[in-house]
Amino acid sequence: MRHFLEFEKTIADLESKIEELRHLSDGDGISIAEEVGKLQNQVNKQLKQTYERLTPWQRVQVARHPNRPHSSDYIKNLITDFTPLAGDRAYAEDRAIIAGIGRFRGWSTIIIGHEKGVDTDGRIVHNFGMARPEGYRKAQRVMELADRFQLPIITFIDTPGAYPGAGAEERGQAESIAETIRSCMSVRVPFISVVIGEGGSGGAIALAAANTVLMLEHSVYSVISPEGCASILWRDSDKSLAAAEALKITASDLLGFSIIDRIIYEPLGGAHRDTKKITSIVGDALDEELYELRKLDGDTLKKHRREKFLNMGRANLI
Amino acid sequence: MSWLTDFVRPRIQALVGKKDVPENLWRRCPSCDQMLFHRELSENFYVCHHCDHQMRISATQRLEMLFDDGEYERVEIPKKAIDPLKFRDTKKYSDRLREAQTKSNELEAIVVATGLLGGLPVVIAAFDFDFMGGSMGQAVGEGLTISANIANEKKAALITIPASGGARMQEGMLSLIQMPRTVIAVEQVRESGLPYIVLLTNPTTGGVTASFAMLGDIHIAEPGALVGFAGRRVIEDTIREELPEDFQRAERMLEHGLIDMVVARRELRDTLIRIISLLIKKTPDDIEKKNFSSKLNEEAEKNFSDIANEDKTIIG
Repeated sequence: MRHFLEFEKTIADLESKIEELRHLSDGDGISIAEEVGKLQNQVNKQLKQTYERLTPWQRVQVARHPNRPHSSDYIKNLITDFTPLAGDRAYAEDRAIIAGIGRFRGWSTIIIGHEKGVDTDGRIVHNFGMARPEGYRKAQRVMELADRFQLPIITFIDTPGAYPGAGAEERGQAESIAETIRSCMSVRVPFISVVIGEGGSGGAIALAAANTVLMLEHSVYSVISPEGCASILWRDSDKSLAAAEALKITASDLLGFSIIDRIIYEPLGGAHRDTKKITSIVGDALDEELYELRKLDGDTLKKHRREKFLNMGRANLI
Repeated sequence: MSWLTDFVRPRIQALVGKKDVPENLWRRCPSCDQMLFHRELSENFYVCHHCDHQMRISATQRLEMLFDDGEYERVEIPKKAIDPLKFRDTKKYSDRLREAQTKSNELEAIVVATGLLGGLPVVIAAFDFDFMGGSMGQAVGEGLTISANIANEKKAALITIPASGGARMQEGMLSLIQMPRTVIAVEQVRESGLPYIVLLTNPTTGGVTASFAMLGDIHIAEPGALVGFAGRRVIEDTIREELPEDFQRAERMLEHGLIDMVVARRELRDTLIRIISLLIKKTPDDIEKKNFSSKLNEEAEKNFSDIANEDKTIIG
């Protein structure tokens, strides 16, 4: 079942017409095929027009689209011999973050990603991609493993934010995020992050303090959700649209501030319309970036990562 | 009325010295509503005599309380943070900044200073909560990285004193990246083998807690200080439960193993001196050496004046 966003009404209408026609295809086959072709062209035109000029708030909706490929889709399509690793060795296994070893285009690689889950059950199991301290501590452990065996790290970023729960607080949510950032800054291996959907605040950057940060065209990456910002600064949660504009959360905004390194362009009508295609585009981008990073030795990689972040945004100070 | 203004007030002012008497001699404790005599309050480190409430104090008051003889040298941090996003909610961010600067007489939400603590050289980075909720944007992040650099180069201990609502939303992602930036900064101090101590004050939340503030060698919190990641209301809305009164309070965080100790304000200076001394003066000889601290003082003073000059030239 395809899910349409509120600004996709015209597209939804056209596609349902196509569906109807296909059901009638027992009759006059040729003229129907022609009609379907025409309608499909219209759909494509509409998609192109709509997705070319998405507003920041529309991008938030695309980034959260239920059919948007998740970390598990990228792992399924890009990683062979994937071997998931579980647990923080102290308290629990948190499935909001999935981690493991596998082969990316032949190279042994550590993969870590937020996972939101696909259906209702999955979403509950993965807690909608909102990690608890145990998830971050698992990430730290797996980063250390990468460091010990000199394996590159790929992280997939897709979370509304770290889980705001009472238990999470008391088990040190803040400490676990801080320590994970420290792990990111300590490993002496190539480290690439891809913001595939929602980059939600501290819970996102904990896994994204990387040598190279890639971001999908319609992903968002923000210090706070537009809803949260609206209710704090405007004292009105209906101002999410304005907050989304003001916060500068789109890939092109962030490339402008040099907070991300590269935009990965999505197939027509967004990543959620073609999982296979977007995963292969992301695979190619990762391959190119890893090729560059593999040229550097461990200490240089660590130094590069630290200097990159230390110099970030300095141009804006007087 | 005239008796009070014409007779009592001048007499009191003559008694305590005119310069130091604020406009209002009395202050109401926000916790127990008792009226407190200002001078007694300041002598008691701004802690209420009746209910032990730790009142909010400014960054400079912190520095005066901690450094030897209340003497310290301020380090300049970048003077102005421009408004990189041209952010505007119900008000322009640039206007909010200007208001905060006028109100607090500070340029930003952090004050960095160097000086001696128990004769040992230290760098202190203290937050001002009254400046936009102590929120961490680019300038605050820069203040923290500068304080770490100075500690590093001059072999001084680093003390950070957060009091913050978290990242400064009006600077968008440029505020979020202060989390990794400050993590690197304090990590470099630790890698140099220098003590890094965090004094958690009320409140320390959000991206500040989830970065440099939870990475100290030692975590000290003031009594009753709120220390956490997510806000109380957000958590209550998520779990649909009312949280206990002491949730995220220092005493509870101590029980949960996230901080080393809760220390009353009047004991803070001595505690810090003891800890830093234990971490730096490692041998019986170090303690015996009468010149240990004074020799370090000389070096530290020289170093600090050097770095202060260097910084001025860098920042211009």
